[in-house]
Amino acid sequence: MKIFIDPPNSLVLFDLVERFGHEPLSTMAAIQERVDNLEVDMPPMNVTLDDVVKGLKYAGIEVPSGIRGRMALWGPLIEEADAAIIMEDCPYSFGCVGCERSNLMIKYLVHRRGIPTLTVRYPETDEDAVNFVAQAKEWMEGLK
Amino acid sequence: MTIKIAQLSCGTEYSSVQYEIEKAARSVGASIVYPDVSAADIDKAVEDFGFKPRSPQLKLMIARAAELASGRYEADAVFITTCFRCAEAALVRNELRRYIQEHTNLPVVTYSFTERLKASQLLTRMEALVTIVTRKELLARERQTGLTVGLDSGSSTTKAVVMENNKIIGKDWTPSGAVVVESATQVLNNALEQAGVSFDQIEAIGTTGYGRFTLGEHFKAKLVQEELTVNSKGAVWLANKQKGEATIIDIGGMDNKAITVRDGIPDNFTMGGICAGASGRFLQMTSNRLKIDITELGRLADQGDWRNAKMNSYCSVFGIQDLVTTLGEGKRFEDVACAACHSVAEQVYEQQLQEIDVRHPIIQVGGTSLISGLVTQIGEVLGEQPIVPPDSQYIGAVGGALLSSGFL
Repeated sequence: MKIFIDPPNSLVLFDLVERFGHEPLSTMAAIQERVDNLEVDMPPMNVTLDDVVKGLKYAGIEVPSGIRGRMALWGPLIEEADAAIIMEDCPYSFGCVGCERSNLMIKYLVHRRGIPTLTVRYPETDEDAVNFVAQAKEWMEGLK
Repeated sequence: MTIKIAQLSCGTEYSSVQYEIEKAARSVGASIVYPDVSAADIDKAVEDFGFKPRSPQLKLMIARAAELASGRYEADAVFITTCFRCAEAALVRNELRRYIQEHTNLPVVTYSFTERLKASQLLTRMEALVTIVTRKELLARERQTGLTVGLDSGSSTTKAVVMENNKIIGKDWTPSGAVVVESATQVLNNALEQAGVSFDQIEAIGTTGYGRFTLGEHFKAKLVQEELTVNSKGAVWLANKQKGEATIIDIGGMDNKAITVRDGIPDNFTMGGICAGASGRFLQMTSNRLKIDITELGRLADQGDWRNAKMNSYCSVFGIQDLVTTLGEGKRFEDVACAACHSVAEQVYEQQLQEIDVRHPIIQVGGTSLISGLVTQIGEVLGEQPIVPPDSQYIGAVGGALLSSGFL
C-alpha cells in the first residue's frame, strides 16, 4: 500500500514503511521527480510558478505562497495515499516542512481523507522508541 | 570583488522565487550566501533571541542572524525576506531587521514576496545594498565640486540640475515622455541655458531613476546609480542635514521610498510599489477627477478635513471609487482633497514606515512634497511635521550632480 509519511521528509519513517513492505509517499520522491525533469530549472526544489498556482487547490489565494508551494508537493501525495503515519511533536531534526501552517494543513488533509492513519507521539526514550517501532510494525502488517 | 548578501528567508524555495532573488543579486555583481549554522545552534539562538516562532524555517532565520551578529559568519549586507501575508514571518522579519541593525553595521533590506516576484523588482534594492557597501567613500561626500550635472529620469517626471561649487545654478523638470532621452535632453538644455554654461563645459554627469541606464549610456555619465542612495544624498544636502540621523520619505509617482540615514549614508530602506493607491499617481488621478491642476490640490486639501470624506483604499481603482462616492454624496472638494492626501499618508505609514525605525528629523522630498496637503497629512499621521527642503523635487538630480563630482 502507499503510505504517506508526516513529516514528509522523515528518513526514519520512510525506512520503516519500506522495511515493512509498503511504498512510502515522501518529500524525497516528490522532489526527485522534479529534479529529474530536465525541462524544469528552478533550483533548489524545482518548485515552479505553476506548482504554486496548483497549490490553490489546497489553500486560497490569501494563503502565503510558501504554503501553497508546499501543498503543491504534498497535496497530491495525500490524495494518492492509501494510509498515513503521522508523528506528532517531533523535533525538526526528525523531519519537518519548515512551516508550521503547512504542517497543520498536511495533518488536516490526511484526516479529512479518512484513510487508515497511525498517529503517534515522538518517542522521547529508548523504550518508547522500541514500542513505537513495534506499534508501527503491527499496524502496517495489519494493512496488508 | 563579489559582494556577499546574506539571505535570511522563509518560503523562497517553495514559492519559485529563489532563482529570481539570486538572479537579481548576480546582476549587480553580488552573490547570495547563507550563514552556516549547525542544528545544535538553532535552539540556543532562538532561546537567546527571545521570540520563539513555531515554524522551523523561521527558527533557522534567527540562528543565521545570530551567526551574523556574532561575527562568526562574514557578509557585506543582509536581505531578509518572507512570504507576503504570513503574520508569524512578518513579526520575525521585522524583529530580525531590528536585531541585525542593533548588532551589526550591515545594511539591511526587508521584503515580503509573492510567487510573482521577478528579479527586476528586486534590482534597485539589491543595487542599493551593493552601492552602500562598495561606494561608502563616495556616499560620504558632502560637498559638490566642479561643474556637474544630475539627471533624474523618474516614472512621472524627468529632472535636470546643473551644480557648480556646491550651488545649484540651473534646473528644470518636465513630465516624462515615452522616449527618456528626449525628456532628459529637453530639461538638460533648459538647465544649461539657465546656468549660462554649455554642455562641453560639464565635467561629470550622474544619472538616476528608472531611465538611468539609457541616460547614462547616452550622455556618457560618470555615475549611473539607483535612486535610493542618490535621492538620500540629494535630500540631506538640500535639507542641510548631512550629520546625524534622519528619515527620508519620498512619495513617488509610481513607488514610495522610506530611507533612514546616518551621516548622510543610508542604512535601511523600504521601497513600495505594489499599490498605486499609496503613490503620487493616486493624487494625480484625484486632481483629474476634481478637474483641478495637481499644484492646486495641496492648498485645497489644507482647507479641508479628511474626517468628513473618508477615503481608505489600498488600490487606486477602489480609491477612485471612494472618490466618486464621496463626490456623489455632495462632499466639499476641500474635504475630498484632504481625504485623498490622508489616504496616501496613511498607506505610506502602514506599508513603508512599519518596516523601518523612523528617525528624526523626517525629511519629505520628491515632487509630491510640493503638495502641501500631503505634507500636512504625513505630519498628522506621524505626529511630527516633516521638513521639506527647497527644491525638494530635485533630490535625485542634486544627488546625481553631487555624487558624480566625486569622480573628478
